[in-house]
Amino acid sequence: MPLEFSPQSKQRIEGVLSRYPDKQAALLPVLHIAQDEFGHLPDEAIELCAKTVGVSAAHVYGVVTFYTMFHREKHGRNELMVCTNISCMLRGGYDILHHIERRLGIKAGESTPDGAFALVEEECLAACANAPMMICGQDYFLDLTPAKVDAILDDLRKRWRERQQGMAPVRTLLGVGPGGKV
Amino acid sequence: MTASAPNAQSVKIVTKNFGVADSHKLATYMQRGGFTALRKALAMSPAAITDEVKKSNLRGRGGAGFPTGMKWSFIPKEAKLVYLVVNADESEPGTCKDRELLAYDPHMLIEGMLIASYALGCKHAYIYIRGEMMREAAIVQAAIDEAYAGGWLGREHAAAGGLFKLDITLHRGAGAYICGEETGLLNSLEGKRGWPRLKPPFPAVKGLFNAPTVVNNVETIMNLPEILTRGGEWFAGIGMGKSGGTRIVCVSGHVVRPGVYELPMGISSRALIYDVCGGIPNGRALKGLIPGGSSMPPLDASEIDVPIEFDALMTDARIKDVEVKPGVPFDLGGGRKLKTMAGSGGVVVFDDTTDVVALCARIMEFYAHESCGQCTPCREGSGWLARVCRRLASGEGQAGDLELLANIANGIGGNTICALGDAAAWPMLGFLTKFRGDFEAKLRIAGAVRAVVNKGAAA
Repeated sequence: MPLEFSPQSKQRIEGVLSRYPDKQAALLPVLHIAQDEFGHLPDEAIELCAKTVGVSAAHVYGVVTFYTMFHREKHGRNELMVCTNISCMLRGGYDILHHIERRLGIKAGESTPDGAFALVEEECLAACANAPMMICGQDYFLDLTPAKVDAILDDLRKRWRERQQGMAPVRTLLGVGPGGKV
Repeated sequence: MTASAPNAQSVKIVTKNFGVADSHKLATYMQRGGFTALRKALAMSPAAITDEVKKSNLRGRGGAGFPTGMKWSFIPKEAKLVYLVVNADESEPGTCKDRELLAYDPHMLIEGMLIASYALGCKHAYIYIRGEMMREAAIVQAAIDEAYAGGWLGREHAAAGGLFKLDITLHRGAGAYICGEETGLLNSLEGKRGWPRLKPPFPAVKGLFNAPTVVNNVETIMNLPEILTRGGEWFAGIGMGKSGGTRIVCVSGHVVRPGVYELPMGISSRALIYDVCGGIPNGRALKGLIPGGSSMPPLDASEIDVPIEFDALMTDARIKDVEVKPGVPFDLGGGRKLKTMAGSGGVVVFDDTTDVVALCARIMEFYAHESCGQCTPCREGSGWLARVCRRLASGEGQAGDLELLANIANGIGGNTICALGDAAAWPMLGFLTKFRGDFEAKLRIAGAVRAVVNKGAAA
């Protein structure tokens, strides 16, 4: 069944298309909008995006699979991106990753069965002076310790449950997350 | 070697608004003298601005250290349509400056972009920001919206060179280190895979949407307002040699106070580690450091008195030449030897308890993961480096592995479309040169384990 963008997404896409002299250049922004709406990018979403910017589905498939932030499969809602590159590795990045694996009962690259979390071993995320660190959504969690991680996971799961039950507070775009600092 | 000017210690340019409340808001930026440099620039001719930038000795802060004024002057004079693209795809391991600059002072970036665009004749500029930096993207977008509302963007300004109007669009990447390479970035911005382009033609001739294009790093652009305000000569004067201005270094790893610091251009690694960052924690000793992001060959503890400046790190005799095999220096072409480079300013410090081979293996795994796959030497070679390095690190090395690593690295360096291949090969050869003893020790362990196992099997 072919997918359609919501009216809100359509409006965002219209704004995006006006910023480039060439429609194809809007492909990455359009894919971000599609993933925001659909959660991941199945074949139907790829076809929709291809139609939107006027290129072939094959081209869009090539682009989607080139970039690590686009997901072809269903993905846990809270994506924990844990850096293990050198600056984090020197200060215990792998300990943090393994701690989260044990806590969630999944390996890096997997999602929890309830869909609350996805765990990704990430390359350098440009917060080296605050290693070890991870990102979840817009929030940077810096100078991590196992105890800090436990508190963060508990908080994220609580908010995820609230969202499931439709009582989640709307988060401001610029809000500073727990443990995060600009 | 000239030392930095005496007052350089206190000079802050791109980080001057760090720590000020609401520094990311337009009102704060205006209160602190924002956009006065733009007014001054608009009263000048575009060519005079480029001259001022040339005089300032500003060099690209993304990693290559190319003179910015010269890069601008490659744009053909008769060009009708020119693009400025700001590279905010910071992803070089050990580098964390642009993220802070974007979060703290997006309006300084916008003012710098206005100045550069006026000088270059650009009417629509793009900021390519790393996909993972969602919060920074939101901050920058809010700043762009404020600048539109405040009349700085999207409205015509009277200028000496005729009416000038600029639009800025923020474009988010989607997770690919290679998009920090300027032509990979341009392809990504055009809605394609981030594959680097064969050069020539260089972007200055045929860049974004086939038009002449300048790609500059965030920090580079943010230096422009101060250069216009205080003059190119002043900026060159506080620098060192042919490198003007200050330098941001991001110090991570085994130091007491890791952080992002704006420092005089000529500071040495020793002063940086022991004076600025409080030394090595837990009473341990320094083993070595990476001076400019993981692409750069490391320095050992005997090489830390050299200034962290573009030319010094490439030429200073106190730094050993990187070797292909013991005693044979690696040739960068034309007989030039590789020492190391200042790169992106990402300084990664490691103490004497560090497993250097495991550290090197992690770097190689990074490049193997990020190779875009276009060129065979890089696509295959980076994977081989990672696998051989990893087996050495895990105590499963085989006789001849060190020579094998050097051979693979030598086969990648200089043989690829973009510098990612070099970025894998150079640190590999650098680690082998500076820390050969650590690699040999891993081989001895592997040999000893094998001997015991074989003896057990025979019994």
